[in-house]
Amino acid sequence: MAQIVVGDVTIEVDEDGFIQEPEKWNVKVAQALAETEYVNELTEGHWRLVNYLREYYQKFGVAPMIRKLCKETGMKLAEIYELFPTGPAKGACKVAGLAKPTGCV
Amino acid sequence: MAVNVKPDQPEYYNHEQLTQIDYRPPAQAWESRPVTIRPGSFLHPAKPKGASSLGLPHPRQWSPMDEDWKLPADWKEIIITGMKERLEKYRSFKIFMDTCVRCGACADKCHFFIGSGDPRNMPVLRAELLRSIYRNDFTLTGRLLGTLAGGRELTVDVIKEWFAYFYQCTECRRCSVFCPFGIDTAEITMMARELLQLVGVSVNWIIEPAANCDRTGNHLGIQPHGMKDTLEFFADEIEELTGVRVNVPINKKGAEILFVTPSGDLLADPGTYTCMGYLALFHEIGLNYTWSTYASEGGNFGLFSSADLMKRLNAKIFAEARRLGVRWILGGECGHMWRVVHQYMDTMNGPADFLDVPVSPVTGTRFSHARSTKMVHIAEFTADLVKNGRLTLDASRNDRLRVTFHDSCNPARAMGLIEEPRAVLKSVCRNFFEMPEETIREKTLCCGGGAGLGAGENMEVRLRGGMARGLAVKHVRDAHGVNRLATICAIDRVTLTTVCDYWAPGVKVAGLHELVANALVMKGQKKRTHDFRHEPLDPES
Repeated sequence: MAQIVVGDVTIEVDEDGFIQEPEKWNVKVAQALAETEYVNELTEGHWRLVNYLREYYQKFGVAPMIRKLCKETGMKLAEIYELFPTGPAKGACKVAGLAKPTGCV
Repeated sequence: MAVNVKPDQPEYYNHEQLTQIDYRPPAQAWESRPVTIRPGSFLHPAKPKGASSLGLPHPRQWSPMDEDWKLPADWKEIIITGMKERLEKYRSFKIFMDTCVRCGACADKCHFFIGSGDPRNMPVLRAELLRSIYRNDFTLTGRLLGTLAGGRELTVDVIKEWFAYFYQCTECRRCSVFCPFGIDTAEITMMARELLQLVGVSVNWIIEPAANCDRTGNHLGIQPHGMKDTLEFFADEIEELTGVRVNVPINKKGAEILFVTPSGDLLADPGTYTCMGYLALFHEIGLNYTWSTYASEGGNFGLFSSADLMKRLNAKIFAEARRLGVRWILGGECGHMWRVVHQYMDTMNGPADFLDVPVSPVTGTRFSHARSTKMVHIAEFTADLVKNGRLTLDASRNDRLRVTFHDSCNPARAMGLIEEPRAVLKSVCRNFFEMPEETIREKTLCCGGGAGLGAGENMEVRLRGGMARGLAVKHVRDAHGVNRLATICAIDRVTLTTVCDYWAPGVKVAGLHELVANALVMKGQKKRTHDFRHEPLDPES
């Protein structure tokens, strides 16, 4: 399996670049992942999304539905796409260290 | 930063290139034509974690792009033994291997062939990929005459070919409608996938949801507190839109009805609007029902993997019905769930003799056709409410929408649910237009992403497989201004969103009960100004 190295942390990633060891996530890892999703710099808006995703993930073990993400962060879907051009499920979830949702989604 | 479009994104594919399809058979014999595996054409292999948690054989890291797939040393013996066991266990499998006369009636009926022109996507040839091994190793003429009798030797390249083409089949069974012998080609694909799984060749888009379902009760891995949080979020939304607070009964012992729907309805738009529709409807008719956090999945990705896994995941539904003491089970808008329920559930995990033959508590209608599984599809349940005039509906609330209906393969072909969703739709929408006759009802075309193909990395396959459906949608969009495609399957709601965006832009996808909820007049409601998507009912206002 492919790996990414950030500072002194080595993390396994899957074919789509999602980290497979969520416990190794940190701010620097988020920045490195952001670059793979065409985000140069993580701004306050990015962090509002990432922090909410992590908070939800830590509580529920999965990603939230996108509508809940919008409602809780006060952001419209179009604004999320401006921040993360590859979208909330792929871009924002990857940066937040979440797994990629699979199934009827 | 500039975004580089990759093969897992629809934008990567040029319309003109995709539609330039050469249907002429190539001069070279199919057996000697190489199989190309390239980005956009295959699914990621199952990750060892999910495969191990299900106890599947030979979990490992491997890539379809590598020369070496790290097959177990005795892979050939495993496949042949596995085939022998299945030929003995399933009489249908043996009949389907023996029966085909290669008449070709199915050849141009598969949307993957229509969208690719690849001869191996003709159902007859897809089956031949397996049948040729059967002939070689299990028939007398094949043993004696080999290739002269249509046999061929099992090699690693055959395994790669099976992987490539049995994951370009959505098990939708359109081809079977046209087969004069009624060969169920989906069951051939199911057998091939089972055999591949024996040597650790399976796909993550199927195995991870199945592992989640085994562990938490649903494909998405939603835990009980997450499910409660989600349903209460929907209740908040409904209250905001209608002024009515709906109740959310979960794990309620002694409820009359257990409700089971695909977990995609709890996460992915536009299924979430349909899920709100169920809640609003059940509240309005005062249904004594319950959700379950244990049997929290209607779908069954085991169907796309192996009979054993399908049985294991499906068992939760009856077990939970027994534990909660319900009288019967109502199922949500799912597609392949109904293939499992209608064709396998009774003999796999039944008899459900502890349940009653379903009777609608609102109309008194007895659903005697569901007497074996005790499970009723929500489209027939609601159609019965409509027919008996038990719902107050204001169809004008959907006047903005010009609607067509996509028959999902399994409800249409595996259970004959064709008129009921249409009856409901016509009662809640005043602008309804059918797609061309040869693309609907039992001849319905495919979304291109069912049976575990709904991932992103195989996007070329999905767009090609969805092309025929997409162009039929485009036809009604251009002819009648259709802007909404209704469907009763969670996979469809997601995959057809991609298909419509690509082939018929401007057409959005909706579940049936989202449109029901838009039209439903609720007791104690406030003046409705927005539909269930928070879009204004009257765009002028």
